[in-house]
Amino acid sequence: MIQWAGVVIFLLAVFIAIPGFIAASGRSDLYYTLTSVALLSIASAGVWLTFYIGRINIGQGAFALIGAYVSAVLVTKAGMSFWLSLPLAGLFAAAVAVVIGVPILRLRGVYFAMISLVLTQVVTLTALALPITNGAKGITSIPLPGGVSALGLTLIPDFATLENPRLAFYYAASVLMVLTFAAMYRLVNSRLGHLCRSMQQNEELASSIGVNISYIRVIVFAISSFLGGIGGAMFGSIAQSVYPSSFQVADSVNFMLNCFLGGLGYVFGPMLGTLVLYFGWDLLFELGRFQLLAYSSMLIILMLFLPNGLLSLRLPGKKEADK
Amino acid sequence: MEQILANGIYLGAQYAMIALGLTLIFALMNVLNFAHGQMYVLGGFVTYTFYGQLGWPFVVALLASCITLAVLGALIERFLFAPVIRRSSREESTMLLAAGLAFFFDAVILLVFGEKQRGVPKIVDGVFNWDFRLIMPYDRILICVLAILSIVSFILFMQYSKTGRALRALAQDRTAAQLMGVNVARYSMIGFALGAMLAGLVGGLLVTITGVNLGMGGPTSIKAFMMVMIGGAGVISGAIAGGIILGFLEAIGLAVLSQYGDITYLLIFVSLMLFLAIRPQGLMGKPWG
Repeated sequence: MIQWAGVVIFLLAVFIAIPGFIAASGRSDLYYTLTSVALLSIASAGVWLTFYIGRINIGQGAFALIGAYVSAVLVTKAGMSFWLSLPLAGLFAAAVAVVIGVPILRLRGVYFAMISLVLTQVVTLTALALPITNGAKGITSIPLPGGVSALGLTLIPDFATLENPRLAFYYAASVLMVLTFAAMYRLVNSRLGHLCRSMQQNEELASSIGVNISYIRVIVFAISSFLGGIGGAMFGSIAQSVYPSSFQVADSVNFMLNCFLGGLGYVFGPMLGTLVLYFGWDLLFELGRFQLLAYSSMLIILMLFLPNGLLSLRLPGKKEADK
Repeated sequence: MEQILANGIYLGAQYAMIALGLTLIFALMNVLNFAHGQMYVLGGFVTYTFYGQLGWPFVVALLASCITLAVLGALIERFLFAPVIRRSSREESTMLLAAGLAFFFDAVILLVFGEKQRGVPKIVDGVFNWDFRLIMPYDRILICVLAILSIVSFILFMQYSKTGRALRALAQDRTAAQLMGVNVARYSMIGFALGAMLAGLVGGLLVTITGVNLGMGGPTSIKAFMMVMIGGAGVISGAIAGGIILGFLEAIGLAVLSQYGDITYLLIFVSLMLFLAIRPQGLMGKPWG
């Protein structure tokens, strides 16, 4: 009962209270920040899922970049609707993840961490080398997402005709985020989730009692990359441009940090971690050139005192509302 | 051909030194040091300050780099990594700490030294020219020789000194080493300091040739990760092999594929992935070591 109350409060806050607050205070720049948080937390959720099978994934930037490019190419070159290109971008990223994942998922621990870090660099270089991605110039002036209507009923309005596309993007990103985390919660508490936990603890043991570990880890990696692709595609659409430097190694590291900071044991960890890191970074903007110094010092201090993540610090009463 | 080989040796020697420090830290503490590239840059800036700005002799500046980084490494191990390893429930938490440190160093370097590319005067002038088949400036040859000497002395140190033996025992089996009376906390600190010192030493050596700038840290870390993966994580001979292999691949790639642009690294990455698919632990690594 309390769990449902928590979910309802969260949804009310995201879809009614925050837009209301922003409209009242007139700080419409917050829409962009919050939209970014929502999208980054989707990609971070993917990273979190690979942590769930015991792999340290520092390659999410690669799949976000793939997703952004696939969507941009489909929209600009093939004239496809953005809403159709969004799942396709995710599926393409997932397909790439399957092809790459079959060999590299055999690696474990630091080896996987290092190769996934290298992966981001590979995709950036590929984007620079391929003709379809337009090299270092990138793909620019991507049109805003068009409308979707069925049976004469407008399901999604054309973003270009809206007077406040930021609000529309905020809603779109929030809906995606809520769907993602609902799916994640369902996944973790499903049979697949239990199998993942068994792999996280001991792959050999899991394999010996009949868990098809190579199949599951590829599936999980594909889901993770799907989320990365979706997040990246939406980001490209908001920025209306994609460059090889849109997602770099630093972004991949940040996705990982979001998960760590939120706590690896909790499904909603990535969301909280992204929110705290992104807002922390933004708030520190006041400090000017000391921004990075303060930010990194905070990270180090947080790690020293809360090495198991923010959600390991549980307030009484908040415990149930979280679930 | 001779030119490519010479370039390969030159690149390989300096890469091997970077990889050595990273692999040492990894072998001892199971920490993937993201900040290794930043430590290298810091070492470069220290040498730049003493040699380029204050005009001290190059050797003294190099020593200053080593000492600064060694002290820094020891402090970091003592006050940051050791407590986090003790308190954290998952050892991956150290990666977050290392990433935080990388950002921190970037910030410090930005504040203290700025973001400009910095160079120092040449240590020796002149160019070695063998009938236009092999052209190499003397300072590069000197740096290459110094790098090889440092690697050899590092290996000798690890093989024959008491500290080196203790460090190797620690890398092999922490618990067993502790039972044999090795002071684990102390030698972890020494090992981390040594790894950081190696990074500082390479930084100091290379500042005379390539100069140094803030943005070099991240790419250097990535290259070091690649070398460690080629050779096998936590194995000293592997790090050297990985460094030399990457150095040669880069030298050959840049010479043969230069007309295709940035494709060398793409090919290296792809072949690395194929290689790791066949041999996940690298050339000399223990499986899942």
